Amino acid sequence: MRKLNPTFFIICTLAVVGIGFGVYNEYYIGVASLMMINALNTAALNVLLGYTGIISIGQAAFFGIGAYVAAYFSVNLGVPPVLTLIIAPVVAFAVAWVIGYPVLKLHGHYLAMATLGFGMIVYIFMNEFYDITGGPSGFMGIGSFHIFGLNFGTEKSFYILMSGFFLLSVFLYEVFDKSFLHYKLKFIKSSESACRSYGIDVARTKLLVFSSMAAITALNGVFYTYYTHFISPVSFSFKYSISLICMAIVGGLGHITGGIIGAVFLGFIPEVFATFDDFEMIIYGGLLAVVIMFFPGGIAGTLKKLVKKNA
Amino acid sequence: MQFLYSGLTSGSIYGLVALGFNIIYNTTGIINFAQGEFVMIGGMLIYTLFSVMGLPFPIAFFGAVGCAFLVGIVFERVFIRLTRIKNELNLITVTIAASIIIRDVAMHVWGRDSLPVKEFIPVFNIKMPGGVISSQSVLVILVSLAVAFGLNLFLKKSRYGKAMRASFDDPVAAETCGISVSTIRVMSFAVASLLGAVAGVIIAPIMFVTYDDGIMTGLKGFSAAILGGLGNFGAAIAGGLMLGIFESFSASVIPSGLKDAVAFLVILLILFVKPDGLFGKKKVHRV
Repeated sequence: MRKLNPTFFIICTLAVVGIGFGVYNEYYIGVASLMMINALNTAALNVLLGYTGIISIGQAAFFGIGAYVAAYFSVNLGVPPVLTLIIAPVVAFAVAWVIGYPVLKLHGHYLAMATLGFGMIVYIFMNEFYDITGGPSGFMGIGSFHIFGLNFGTEKSFYILMSGFFLLSVFLYEVFDKSFLHYKLKFIKSSESACRSYGIDVARTKLLVFSSMAAITALNGVFYTYYTHFISPVSFSFKYSISLICMAIVGGLGHITGGIIGAVFLGFIPEVFATFDDFEMIIYGGLLAVVIMFFPGGIAGTLKKLVKKNA
Repeated sequence: MQFLYSGLTSGSIYGLVALGFNIIYNTTGIINFAQGEFVMIGGMLIYTLFSVMGLPFPIAFFGAVGCAFLVGIVFERVFIRLTRIKNELNLITVTIAASIIIRDVAMHVWGRDSLPVKEFIPVFNIKMPGGVISSQSVLVILVSLAVAFGLNLFLKKSRYGKAMRASFDDPVAAETCGISVSTIRVMSFAVASLLGAVAGVIIAPIMFVTYDDGIMTGLKGFSAAILGGLGNFGAAIAGGLMLGIFESFSASVIPSGLKDAVAFLVILLILFVKPDGLFGKKKVHRV
């Protein structure tokens, strides 16, 4: 294991604490909470796309599975919210395992198509099974997250909960980035046949990574549910999967900081350009195209290059 | 039987879109996720030129198809050419980025509403054994078959077609033989865009045109291409027809909302069992 580089973790902590103490506007606190959820989803996608080379255009499905499972269990079955933090990721892990077993044998555009098809199927199911999901009009009446008599219903308290989870995840991602697992995954990305000749069980490793990332994404979905108190299929459509990919690529694939930088950067766009509401997607698409065409490393990669050049 | 006829109609459209995927894949090895957007552009242009400006149909048709041709050229020159690192992931995402841009520009130009397009051939129903089929559906089916046949002939017999196939097989060798691979790449995108626009024009009177039609059309077309097996024009049409018929029959037994899910389920199954498509040749994997 290489030495940990705490710079990014410290920056994140300072930013999170700074927003917690310095910002009083509830709206902006809410934006920050959502941004952290997006950032963790993007970081998970980054591990798939940037490290292991698994193209997944169905991440929104796992996010949605997490959200709906949490909602269904806590509202219809009366399970305490803490338990849904375990149930939802387990369900997503199982689903990802079953889907991933055949799908991960595919590569390139076939894999893209398969994950996309899976995302579409889940999305259609969310719309059609009224009894469980509430259909297109959504799932209402979800309570807030509470544990040991503490209630995380207000914007501020949810922000504190979310930032705790966020910082823990950022730390774990940093540990992952410096561990040997990271080399294994990058090795798989560069050549699967070479991996096999070194005795790495490629299929199993990929399946495990895919399922674990699905579980993490679902966990984010649970937090999202308790934050918004209302979920509808629109939040988990093809569009969300695409914007996650945008964030990961703009931020920088294969750098653990990339996913988080990308999510924060693209998260600011709708806030800064609120007047250009209609042009949001054009800006997304344009940025994505420009980054792929001219800055293959994304923001994180380009920054790293600049730092190296000057040092 | 009625299900068969409606399946044939939607299947021919999927087949036409699948042809567009195929022609780009055959010459460049790229999957163009913006293919559905080309179809939408064709429909939108025919709406403007024919329904709004009232031009005679042949002029409007050539205008729409010609514009789509230019869009294809610009598309390749800007998005594909300028991509620095041309690996599969980058090329897939750059076409996704392009599709987002095209879709949103279309939204700003034509608005969010579904736009109706006038019929350009006389509409009547033809009695067939066990059901009826409208003249528009017949047109769609005939055009897609004709295009597939024509394309096949073009690729196998004409000089340009041979050049296209050569530059996919081995770009360096093709260049040595005096083929401009770069021109061929642009041409394949332009032709694919043109095909998409043709599909968009002929289906416009049957369905309304909406700015975000491209997503679903593109996905179904890609499914058809994979179902048939990438790299074979006849298989693309066959895949499209099969997908259309299957979809239309499944709509008779399950709620119609789940129809699209069934289509994707079939594709997933095909990918698991036979990733090279039903009629595809098995590719050799080298280590």
